[in-house]
Amino acid sequence: MHLHEILFWFLSFMAIVCALGVILSRNPVKSVLFLIATFFSISGHYVLMNAQFLAVVNIIVYAGAIMVLFLFVIMLMNLNADAEPQKSRLVQMAAVLSGGALFLVIIAALRTVDLNNKAMITSEGDLGLIHNLGMVLFKEYVLPFELSSVLFLAAMVGAMVIGKKEEVIQNP
Amino acid sequence: MLLLSIDWIFIIEKVALILVIILASFGIAAYATWGERKVAAIMQDRIGPARAGIFGLLQPLADGGKLFFKEEIVPDRSTKTLFILGPALFMITALMTSAVIPWGPDFTISTDSGIRTVSLQVADINIGILYIFGVVSLGIYGVMLGGWSSNNKFSLLSAIRAASQSISYELAMGLSLIAVLMLTGSLSLRDIVSQQHGFWQDGYFSWNFFKQPVAFLVFLVCTFAELNRAPFDMPECESELNMGYHQEYSSMKLGLYLFAEYINMFISSAVLSTVFFGGYNFPWMDQVASAVPSGLFSLICVSVLMIKVIGFILFFMFIRWTLPRFRYDQLLNLGWKGLIPLALLNLVITGGVILFFFNK
Repeated sequence: MHLHEILFWFLSFMAIVCALGVILSRNPVKSVLFLIATFFSISGHYVLMNAQFLAVVNIIVYAGAIMVLFLFVIMLMNLNADAEPQKSRLVQMAAVLSGGALFLVIIAALRTVDLNNKAMITSEGDLGLIHNLGMVLFKEYVLPFELSSVLFLAAMVGAMVIGKKEEVIQNP
Repeated sequence: MLLLSIDWIFIIEKVALILVIILASFGIAAYATWGERKVAAIMQDRIGPARAGIFGLLQPLADGGKLFFKEEIVPDRSTKTLFILGPALFMITALMTSAVIPWGPDFTISTDSGIRTVSLQVADINIGILYIFGVVSLGIYGVMLGGWSSNNKFSLLSAIRAASQSISYELAMGLSLIAVLMLTGSLSLRDIVSQQHGFWQDGYFSWNFFKQPVAFLVFLVCTFAELNRAPFDMPECESELNMGYHQEYSSMKLGLYLFAEYINMFISSAVLSTVFFGGYNFPWMDQVASAVPSGLFSLICVSVLMIKVIGFILFFMFIRWTLPRFRYDQLLNLGWKGLIPLALLNLVITGGVILFFFNK
């Protein structure tokens, strides 16, 4: 077996085990940690595809920033296994349905996969390198890129407004 | 040697390099604790550690031995696995950053099968700077998990402080670096170092510090905050939070937390020297390179980098024993209202200058 193959199987195994850990562990903090480990194994897959930029941005944004905030909130609210609210049957059914629908979408996307596409082949493609990514983002997709940044700005301003409101009520 | 179609010599080479770097980090961090106490002693007109060995040089060994033999206490109401995972994660993330730093130029060894080029960098990935950011942003997990799992309100407060401080200053740190990256046009640390070749190039200093002094200032302040060092050592300020996130820790678990901070300081100094102070480059290096064999030249370059690193470590120590601690709101105000606008302004000015004067 080639080194890339060994790494591929190892990372896939790790990703699946950690993803199961997210939904099976009772302690919310441990769930968050399993989710971080899942992000790491997915980043490992990106590295195998030679998409180093995607890999490291995945770690910085998700594992480094978003999950820290997740952990922050869970710690502040001090959620425990005993304090976990019991969901009603209806909510559980809805969750299963929506999760299944998402799974179906992913399967449907897999149907159109072109196995001969050399752009993302293991360790040889260069699609995810920062130079190529920058070229694509700032030439072909510059409008959607800028629009999404405006969307983020709007979300940020919205968060500020919600945060400020409380202060006004406290000191009228 | 090909087994499982893996180049084993390559792997042995890299493992040896990693071992040397990690052992060197441990050694330098251990003597940084000694240096810190000596610097504090000199600045406060004391003698400092003087009993163990000449000038107290065996003090780090004695400290380490003491920490190993102390009683290990895991609090009864703590989350045990996470309590143990905390210091381990903090140490691992501290050691991981060293992988992308180029410690010296390549040198060649002639073997039976031809000339082999040995690189003094564990991994030359083309996003080296971002890798450092990724690992730095993970470093906070060790503190947060340790603080939360101790089941102590002071530890928890400290962990939350540490998290918000680290997230706030990461932003300014990234923005200050973008200005540097606009000049270099590459995220690879090897490219960044080779662009700062020598000391004087094309009628100007070649080191990034002279091209981007504002970015250096912002980056330096953010480094202090990320390292949790005075004047920004909010997560462990003893007058408010007893000892902070490692209050419940004892024995070598506490030792790992304290020790990893010194390793972080060493690695941050290496990053600062690499990005802003030319890495292993030094004035008249071309003349030296032509006079000595390549192995010796690499050694000289590594020593030059080490001198810069030790200079930065001493600077960190002088600051710690000079400035008083900030208040927490002052710290966040400085980060969000001072450093981020300054870094953004620097970014705009750099972009304008590049566009109008150096547009090729």
